[in-house]
Amino acid sequence: MNELLYIVEDSLTGLLTGGIYALMAVGMVLVFKATRVVNFAHGTIMMVGTYFFFSFSLLVQQLGLSFWVSVPLALLSTGLLGMFLERVLMRPLLGQSVFSMIMVTVALISVLEGLTILIWTSDAQYPPGLFSLQISFIWEAAVNMQLFWGFVIALSLFVLISIVLFLTRIGVALRATASDQATAYSMGINVPGVFGMTWMVAAMTGCLAGILLAPLNSLTPSLGHLGLSVLAVIILGGLDSLLGTLIAALLIGWLEAMTGHFLGGDYREVMPYIVVLLIIVIRPYGLFGSKEVERI
Amino acid sequence: MHIGNARSSYQADEVIWKRPAHKGAMLLIILSLLILPFWIGPYHLMLMSQLGIFVIAIAGLNILTGYTGLISLGQGAFMGIGAYTTAVLATGYGFPPWATFPLSIIITALIGIGFGLPSLRVRGLYLTIATLAANVIIVFAIRKLEWLTNGDRGINIEPAVLFGVSIESELEKYFVIAPLALLFVLFSQNLFRTKIGRAFIAIREQDYSAEIMGINLIRYKLTAFAIGSAYAGAAGSLWAYFFTALTPNQFNLSQSILFLAALIIGGMGTTLGPLFGAVFVILVPETLRAIAGLITPYYPLALQATAPITEIIYGLLIIGFLIFEPMGLSAIWARIWRYIDRWPFTR
Repeated sequence: MNELLYIVEDSLTGLLTGGIYALMAVGMVLVFKATRVVNFAHGTIMMVGTYFFFSFSLLVQQLGLSFWVSVPLALLSTGLLGMFLERVLMRPLLGQSVFSMIMVTVALISVLEGLTILIWTSDAQYPPGLFSLQISFIWEAAVNMQLFWGFVIALSLFVLISIVLFLTRIGVALRATASDQATAYSMGINVPGVFGMTWMVAAMTGCLAGILLAPLNSLTPSLGHLGLSVLAVIILGGLDSLLGTLIAALLIGWLEAMTGHFLGGDYREVMPYIVVLLIIVIRPYGLFGSKEVERI
Repeated sequence: MHIGNARSSYQADEVIWKRPAHKGAMLLIILSLLILPFWIGPYHLMLMSQLGIFVIAIAGLNILTGYTGLISLGQGAFMGIGAYTTAVLATGYGFPPWATFPLSIIITALIGIGFGLPSLRVRGLYLTIATLAANVIIVFAIRKLEWLTNGDRGINIEPAVLFGVSIESELEKYFVIAPLALLFVLFSQNLFRTKIGRAFIAIREQDYSAEIMGINLIRYKLTAFAIGSAYAGAAGSLWAYFFTALTPNQFNLSQSILFLAALIIGGMGTTLGPLFGAVFVILVPETLRAIAGLITPYYPLALQATAPITEIIYGLLIIGFLIFEPMGLSAIWARIWRYIDRWPFTR
């Protein structure tokens, strides 16, 4: 075993985690594209979804069913939660300043986290992993299989969403809404419907990311804070570019792993924020984002 | 909605006491702030002092976010810088309070300017994220600079000694903090009667137009950051002497969110907003704790549930105010006065 192998191993783990970050980020990007709101509570919704999964897995176990049943149940309920939040909190603020909408999502963090602690307490829970936590070897580098399959699922979902976005009617509706709300409305596109749908899809993808991620560690209400470090991903990717998000997610995942390797675990947590600050100062529109033309 | 506020001169616009009743109310409040402390117990005095510190920090945020329109999620961390500057200077180097207080203000203002630099390139959403990142990074730095700040173990600092008196009892602390809080609020009120304050408001309304009208954006945006952070530094310095035990966790993101919440609840861009907001965010957990105390005999877990319920209520309050009363309690306050003014011709 030599140092280089460790680095390769950590890089692989980082890239695989980055894939799951991409899955988390894609929800935020979709919501931003459609509604121009960055959902700060995305990570918190993901956390709640993972708790849904945890509860359903216990319930399903008692009923004697395969625990795979709990996955669609959790996805569905989280999707409904997303839709509900959009309808109740975001819809009344349509047309108001973006600041109000952002602050509502910030406030949502407290509300959802408080509710989670009330319902599930803040003790760590251990939801079942979808795949065995065993280690396999790719050439000589050890890779966690849960992470590997998570990466594969995340990536294929990412591709699926891209296909939907660019090749289907729903995707066209979303892109039309993104480029000009008023015109989209007048062309007969159901804009509020698009909003509700993006929030639902975002919540579902977030929930899936949480399900894939939680077994690697443990599940606590602070899992939601991961959503804030994923802000680094979407800012680096340029907020509205899917390809940019994917590349940024892999990059951030890898950078995190490397900071963890060379500087220790503490620095890993703060690294995304340093990246964010640098990007905002140097290149606010990210790697692939569209430069917004500001009008007076 | 401002109706019937037509003013024909700058003097009329600059007036602080718009009605004689205002002046009377203010006198009454100051009088009660002087007399009340001798009546209430140490616990309520402690709350009052905490209120004073919160008011200073939120007033600073108000200058930055409410008046200049630069949304900051970093006020908590800036307060941390002020608190740690005071703690390190006082315990490590034996500086007296009259030196640590201004030094904390200056150092926090300088660091505030540093983190305000992104505001020159980005606005709105990006700035919010930048200040959020700044908050996390600052708290992390405080935690990591162990040789200076003692890391997660925190610092304990000695009580301040002013004019030979050791400020230890709650009453003494109150009489240091309350006048300072009043002074800082007064400063922020007067700031917006000056050229600088008016420039801030112009930047909030539309920064391009402000620049076209001859306002130097770079200078004024950074000034806003400096003043806002200076307030945070002052609040932090008082916080250090007031709580005496500091840990980095006291200044994390939730503290910043709490300040912003208080500002929204109180009313952005108004002098009284920070005051209303601070009263509100301090009263909510206290009320809940009192209720929990009442129902504990019947439901023993009640006290445990207060912390998450407080969180939920803060969140719901922000959402509720943003949706139904975006200008906060100040707007309600103004409406009450308008009603009294025009009685009996009010609807």
